[in-house]
Amino acid sequence: MSDLNKNYYEKITFRDALRLAIHDSMQKDEKIIVMGEDVAAYGGAYGATKDLLKLFGPKRIIDTPISEAAIVGASMGAALTGLRPIAELMYVDFFGMSMDQIANQLAKVRYMFGGQINAPMILRAQGGTGRSAGAQHSQSLETWIMHTPGLYLSIPYTPNDAYHLLRAALKINNPTIFIEHKLLYNTSGVLDKNNPDQIFGKAKIRKKGKDLSIISYSRMVNFAEKAAEELAKQKIDVEVVDLRTLNPLDRETIIESVNKTKRALVLSESCYTAGVPSEITSIIFEHCYTNLLKPVIRYTAEDTPAPVAPNLEENYIPTIEKIVEYSKKLCK
Amino acid sequence: MTQSNTLLPNLYTTMKRIRTFEERVGELFIKGETAGTMLHLSIGEELGPTCLGAAMQKQDTFTTHHRGHGIFIARGGDPKKMMAEIAGKKDGYCKGKGGSMHIADMKLGHLGANAIVGGGIPTVVGAGLSSKYLEEDKVSVAFFGDGAMQQGILYESMNMASLWKLPVVFCCINNQYGMGTKIDNAAGLKDFSKRAASFGLNTLHIDDLDIENAYVKSKEIIDKARKFEPGFIEVECYRFFGHARMDKSPYRSEEEEIKMRKSDPISYASNQMLKNKIMNEDEIKKINEKISIEMDEAMDFAINSPLNNQKEIFTDVYDEREPLPISVEERINKILS
Repeated sequence: MSDLNKNYYEKITFRDALRLAIHDSMQKDEKIIVMGEDVAAYGGAYGATKDLLKLFGPKRIIDTPISEAAIVGASMGAALTGLRPIAELMYVDFFGMSMDQIANQLAKVRYMFGGQINAPMILRAQGGTGRSAGAQHSQSLETWIMHTPGLYLSIPYTPNDAYHLLRAALKINNPTIFIEHKLLYNTSGVLDKNNPDQIFGKAKIRKKGKDLSIISYSRMVNFAEKAAEELAKQKIDVEVVDLRTLNPLDRETIIESVNKTKRALVLSESCYTAGVPSEITSIIFEHCYTNLLKPVIRYTAEDTPAPVAPNLEENYIPTIEKIVEYSKKLCK
Repeated sequence: MTQSNTLLPNLYTTMKRIRTFEERVGELFIKGETAGTMLHLSIGEELGPTCLGAAMQKQDTFTTHHRGHGIFIARGGDPKKMMAEIAGKKDGYCKGKGGSMHIADMKLGHLGANAIVGGGIPTVVGAGLSSKYLEEDKVSVAFFGDGAMQQGILYESMNMASLWKLPVVFCCINNQYGMGTKIDNAAGLKDFSKRAASFGLNTLHIDDLDIENAYVKSKEIIDKARKFEPGFIEVECYRFFGHARMDKSPYRSEEEEIKMRKSDPISYASNQMLKNKIMNEDEIKKINEKISIEMDEAMDFAINSPLNNQKEIFTDVYDEREPLPISVEERINKILS
């Protein structure tokens, strides 16, 4: 990331897009601070805050003790009293340590106090499988957040979205949970700082199609795109919908897409039962009922903890082969 | 009167206002005018909130636990708006959406009462961080009960305050009971100051009824916190009545209650004023009458305050610039249309 000040990057990693977003936001707003485990000297467990300590100093880039509940609680306290913290929990799994501060405090502080105060902060964490990190470092817990009113939830797939969603979250006064998939940090793509290309709550059609809608978010959009390429060779025209934020959720785009294609597969790394895909499936059933030619398929991770063994982990979540297989069956 | 002659009457007045307010909350409940039964009265616990409330400065901030009415009164809370909040009415501090356990007022530095034991403690760490970062000279005080001494979040927070040298004070109002469990059955070490001292905090243990002395000592701890030496204060007291309104205290004896209620900080202060001829009985009576009228008015205000419009269910979840949550009715009607 040698040149921080360009407006357009032909190829930038998801990680560097996040770093740029934090950097650019911090330059514009002195109230923004970064705090979390190993965010300063180490540069973040996944490098998303690398070199920021050098640029902004220890007053604004703050290493914390391993105290996840207090990281969230203190960030909220700072947000209530004039700062705009970007807190980082190294893994989304650590939400377990801080769920009271997230769900009982942060999500409810505005409502309980009758709208007197906002808690404008971001809580970043990385989730998902793919590094054999085991059952306590591989979860997709977006459902916990989506089921908690008061929290916005952003879960980007591309570097451009990562950059602009993070910057947008820092302009909105709601607390926003920002989930980054651990296998996306090294992926790259275009970043156009002048093209936000979205607002919170607006899904993106990654590929237009007429036979089947695959609705997904985060890394699974990549699987959907690959499956769509394969299916195109077999004359099945898939529409790929990237939700990008789960709260607000772009119901209209989901409904519009499925009313057009009349078939839907909802793809996610969260568990099968009572997950984000269950909600999306309900929306489809409620609003596309008379148009549906086939039942909606939820293709998700298994209803088990994530295994470590690579050959098990790989099949614990959806595979591209099976997305292709299920899609073909849906379109028969 | 000299300053030393005004201090005790002022502290007495605040304690009496707290007690009278809480008594009226009890009456409001009996009249069926409170929102629910989640009413945690602080009768008997007035000393700690009063002396810390007086020792804090105007710009300072704080959070409280669920038994927090007294603390807010000591920090300038308006009894009318508090009572209306407890009644779940429109004129309450939080439009009746927070209730007794979630009163807050950002203008007076009240960052919120909390119904999760220990839940509001890390908020003051963040407030301390802001104060230091923005150079605002604000001390932030977390008030909590002895129950929170057994919660992990307290220790995460004390460590952070110590590590970052924040203008923060942790204040434990030890009323001897975590709901119905006596402190002897909850704490491995009852000398809480030792725990706090092990984090490098300045500590103070208040265990008598001399509120003037407690005020002076508390002020020292708060003044040091203002110079970035965080502190811890334990105030021992006794919860004169049950945990909440429906609690008949089956876990302790009447003898214990009668004995402990003799340690009443308000009677003690009143006797001190008489003994030292700071005030005579008539003067004290006048103060009490004035307070009684004030709290009667607060109760009437709450009873007469209007109910909320139904749309308030949906407001205040998100920033006002954001769309309101869609109601279930609207969703269902859309499906059925």
